[in-house]
Amino acid sequence: MSKRLSNAFLILVFIILYAPIVFLIVYSFSAGDTMTAFHGFTWQHYRDLFNDSRMLAIVANTLLVALLSALIATLVGTLGSLGINRTTSRVTKESLLALNNVLMVSPDVIIGASFLIFFTMLKIPLGFVSVLLSHIAFEIPIVVLMVLPRLREMSSSMLDAAQDLGATTRQLLSHVIIPFISPGIFAGFFMALTYSLDDFAVTFFVTGNGFSTMSVEIYSRARQGINLEINALSGVMFLFSLLLVAGYYWIEQASSRRKQRKRRMAS
Amino acid sequence: MMTLTKRKTWFYFIPYGLWLGLFVIAPLALIFYQSFFNLDHHFTFSNYANYFQSLTYLKMTLNSVWYALLITVFTGLISYPTAYFLHGLKHRQFWLLLVILPTWINILLKAYAFIGIFSQAGIANQFLSFIGIGPQQILFTNASFVFVATYIQIPFMILPIYNALDDLSPAFINASQDLGASGWQTFQRVIFPLTLPGVKAGVQAVFIPSLSLFMLTRLIGGNKVITLGTAIEEHFLTTMNWGMGSTIGVVLIVAMVIVMLLTGDQKPKGGTPR
Repeated sequence: MSKRLSNAFLILVFIILYAPIVFLIVYSFSAGDTMTAFHGFTWQHYRDLFNDSRMLAIVANTLLVALLSALIATLVGTLGSLGINRTTSRVTKESLLALNNVLMVSPDVIIGASFLIFFTMLKIPLGFVSVLLSHIAFEIPIVVLMVLPRLREMSSSMLDAAQDLGATTRQLLSHVIIPFISPGIFAGFFMALTYSLDDFAVTFFVTGNGFSTMSVEIYSRARQGINLEINALSGVMFLFSLLLVAGYYWIEQASSRRKQRKRRMAS
Repeated sequence: MMTLTKRKTWFYFIPYGLWLGLFVIAPLALIFYQSFFNLDHHFTFSNYANYFQSLTYLKMTLNSVWYALLITVFTGLISYPTAYFLHGLKHRQFWLLLVILPTWINILLKAYAFIGIFSQAGIANQFLSFIGIGPQQILFTNASFVFVATYIQIPFMILPIYNALDDLSPAFINASQDLGASGWQTFQRVIFPLTLPGVKAGVQAVFIPSLSLFMLTRLIGGNKVITLGTAIEEHFLTTMNWGMGSTIGVVLIVAMVIVMLLTGDQKPKGGTPR
């Protein structure tokens, strides 16, 4: 296949993927208040954004929910995958995996609606707690899916060796298993973070009146029309994601370099 | 060794088990339960009767499935070649990261960008005027809804296909070429069938969410397309008819199960490699 054609196709796809984002950010610097013609450079919308205490509080809420839920989900999910991996019965393992994936494949609205019924029945007030619980709940399966393959790759002879050398269960976990599966744990944590930051539908159902996350706030503002403060917000968000991705890429590179170095030393 | 660790570590499993019970099984059971109650909290089958007797609901369901199908097909047509070409690049990990990066931008922000792009005097219409077609109503049409939904889903389809390509051992391709297959034959007979699980995973990842998109139908589709998701949201949060909303939810779950069965991996004999 012609190399030039495939490159042209890729370039087109990347342009389509990034055009809306670039478009948003470019207009965040426009002096006008529509997204139709550029009216000259200004920082005004960013100043508005950083003076908008309601928006800032919501951004802080969103980050808090994302970090906290991703942390807890990573913990629970990692423990869960250790459990799933250890099950010897094939049937149990398969059914656990099937149940694990229910929330992965369920549409957002189903998760949102069923959690809403659930919280209402348990009389858990809608707000921070219900949003946090929901986020933890839908992040756990992705953590499991990220950690489990690493656990499967782990050879049992390594575990046997550690035990023969007198490692206790705790040492086995902290010195052998966790270091080996840590790339999976990191990936799971990052994915969980992404899921939380990106979620709109589930949060929309369980958020109630007093508490809001960024997605929900953008939704209600976008329904009222264009507001270049949202553009400024997307500029900040994009920078933030870029930093996260750079960090993630760096960790991956560092770990693969370390692995290569180890391999070289071993040979 | 197994029995030793098993006895000592079963309690690590408690949080995960609690999650399974409370947030997976209980909510699903509750949505089934709720679908048998009417507005006055009386047990009834009328929600299901309403659903299956009302032409509006059935048409809405078909419509929703149709649009999800369109979105999935378009996404697939763009994603497969993208994943394929991407996989042949030198710094492919980096380019893959660039595919993932837009998914880190809040989905609402992307939808909001298209409100600006597709608006009356927006850049899309400026372009149409420039090439002589003249401004059109783009926002709040079905086409714009499908376009934006496809845009949002593309990365989620590229990833599983890319992973399938990555798992594909180059030995198969070499063998096929050594045996004299042309590039297209190799693709058609070897690469595509072997990466089909990735495509299926992608279809799952795109089709089911497309059935339930509700904020895009509001912001971009102008409420012209009503998906199952829109209907559920409407019943739960606007008309507060949770019973009917749950009934549609059950329909959506059934649709989901059908999709899963159709795209589920027929267990390969001998298990997966590795």
